[in-house]
Amino acid sequence: MKLKSLILAAGLAVFGTAGFADGHAAKVKVGMITTLSGGGAGLGIDVRDGFMLATKMAGNDNLEVVIEDDQRKPEIAVQLADKMIQSEKVDVMTGIIWSNLAMAVVPAATAQGKFYLSPNAGPSALAGKGCHPLYFNVAWQNDNLHEAAGAYANDAGYANSFILAPNYPAGQDALTGYKRMYEGELAGEIYTKLGQTDYAAEIAQIRASGADSVFFFLPGGMGISFLKQYAGSGVDLPVIGPAFSFDQGILQAVGEAALGVKNTSQWNKDIDNEANKTFVEAFQAEYGRLPSLYASQGYDTANLLLSAMDKASVTDPDAFRAALAEADFASVRGNFRFGSNQHPIQDFYVREVIKEGDVFTNKIIGASLTDHGDAYAAECSY
Amino acid sequence: MTTILLIEQVLNGLQFGVMLFLMAAGLTLIFGVMGLINLAHGSLYMIGAFAAAAVAGATGSFVLALIASLVAAAAAGAIVELVVIRRLYDRDHLDQVLATFALILIFSEGTRWLFGSFPLFLDIPPALSGPVTLPGGIEYPLYRLVIIGVGLLIALGLFQLIARTRIGIRIRAGESDREMIAALGVDISKLYTLVFALGAGLAGLAGALVGAIQSVQVGMGEPVLILAFVVIVIGGIGSIRGALVGALLVGLTDTLGGVLLPGVFATFMEPAAATAVGSSLASMSIYILMAAVLLFKPTGLYGSA
Repeated sequence: MKLKSLILAAGLAVFGTAGFADGHAAKVKVGMITTLSGGGAGLGIDVRDGFMLATKMAGNDNLEVVIEDDQRKPEIAVQLADKMIQSEKVDVMTGIIWSNLAMAVVPAATAQGKFYLSPNAGPSALAGKGCHPLYFNVAWQNDNLHEAAGAYANDAGYANSFILAPNYPAGQDALTGYKRMYEGELAGEIYTKLGQTDYAAEIAQIRASGADSVFFFLPGGMGISFLKQYAGSGVDLPVIGPAFSFDQGILQAVGEAALGVKNTSQWNKDIDNEANKTFVEAFQAEYGRLPSLYASQGYDTANLLLSAMDKASVTDPDAFRAALAEADFASVRGNFRFGSNQHPIQDFYVREVIKEGDVFTNKIIGASLTDHGDAYAAECSY
Repeated sequence: MTTILLIEQVLNGLQFGVMLFLMAAGLTLIFGVMGLINLAHGSLYMIGAFAAAAVAGATGSFVLALIASLVAAAAAGAIVELVVIRRLYDRDHLDQVLATFALILIFSEGTRWLFGSFPLFLDIPPALSGPVTLPGGIEYPLYRLVIIGVGLLIALGLFQLIARTRIGIRIRAGESDREMIAALGVDISKLYTLVFALGAGLAGLAGALVGAIQSVQVGMGEPVLILAFVVIVIGGIGSIRGALVGALLVGLTDTLGGVLLPGVFATFMEPAAATAVGSSLASMSIYILMAAVLLFKPTGLYGSA
């Protein structure tokens, strides 16, 4: 027994050092597929800019990044993934924003032995039964921010919420997540059309429902439309939502209508730690705008990858995977580690929309969930 | 469901319908008069919204913003007609679809290049913001009432233009026999440019009016474009009256379907399942309406065979 462990330890040491020495020499080629044109381009551009900022700051010559635009179309994302795997021969893939695109690309990429680090999408299917040893999520599981909103609703004493989300998988995950934590009654539950831009009918129902609060998940332009129309409708129930409708990119387009709204996020620019301060300053200096949570996720994704490259070679997948799983990097979110399904365990905050000078932005007003993982980890076994 | 809520939803449906009419009117004129399928109509809607947001941001005046939206979209329409569309009249519909689809991509990326990838801010003027109380105690946003009013005024103006003016006579003549009016000495190419610019201007105005309560972003025109095509198919291609009736039908069906159907299913199903089935069916309702209309009137409600 003793001898066996000794041999094992020696073996590990040899392989370990070999891997280590290799790690400095081995190049890592990253294929980033993200949305850079069309409707949701703001998100992809932020992820890309955050990621590239981290690689630039690290100055690691062994990292090469190939970037392609998926136009938010699953079929294009699949083509690009094939191209990156077969002709570009990338080692690691990342970048996808939307859950439906992630579902089209990630299982195929991991099955072909490529690492995938998700900087945004976290569909439940990839967190539970469909988890994969080569798949890491650096952002959140889709339900997380909504769970945080549900927990906040309890803290705020809301007992009769009206909830709405678009009728597609992430929308259903959103309402499920909110209801998982929220303990009060529901005054109403509506699924809207994906891409809907007019919410007059829903707002009239909210007015008539006798609710004491409104929870909504309407990412991108849908949220801008909803908030502007809600502010003009004369309904003044408190609104809560996940950070997606209140990120730096779209707040300016919502304007006054968003002021004072509470939203939940795993990151904000005022989280007090060194890494975050450095990131916010560097991002503003490089791009001349405030970073969004998507940019923070891109930045963390790159730093996670760089931390693993310092420890192991990508040519040794087991060692590289172990190095990634340690999450040994300074996350801008502060507290960050991976759960058993390689999804984050982290803190969630409640933010309020404020105006700083002429710019609308968020300020943290309290904690919502601390050291929180996801509900699907137990279903995952490798 | 209370009567008040129902009336409010009918108003919402009307307002949505009126906005669709502004899009569909231009589309149906262009299709009817020139026989051209213009997929880039949604881009003109987007141009209107962006022009309005830019001018409102620079001057703070909503009226100037609306004028800018009309002018910018009409100018873009005229330029597109002169440079690209003109070459497509004698071509197959498929060529037109290809070329105007290319225009969508050019306009979208051009707008992104000029304005960036993030949505722009355009708000309703303070004088029109907030709700008003209608008779019966209905609280309704003033701005939406104004949209209904403006839309109906424009509809009236268009009817007058088509029915009473010389340009209107030429447009109607061009619709029924384009060789003949060319032979009679009407400068048909100038007429086409004018019709195209008019349709574009209306789309741009719709973009600006709607942009104030929605988000001004690249790609905002395409979802509306699909609905506008449904409207002109229901109304009958080339007919302004058909476009108005079709737009109101689609607006009301879409709004009331979304509100009433989940309630109907909830009478015999579990709430969560009823919501899911009801909202899915509501999304289909306008297409079911279109299919039903085409079944009984293959050329649309006011279409000529």
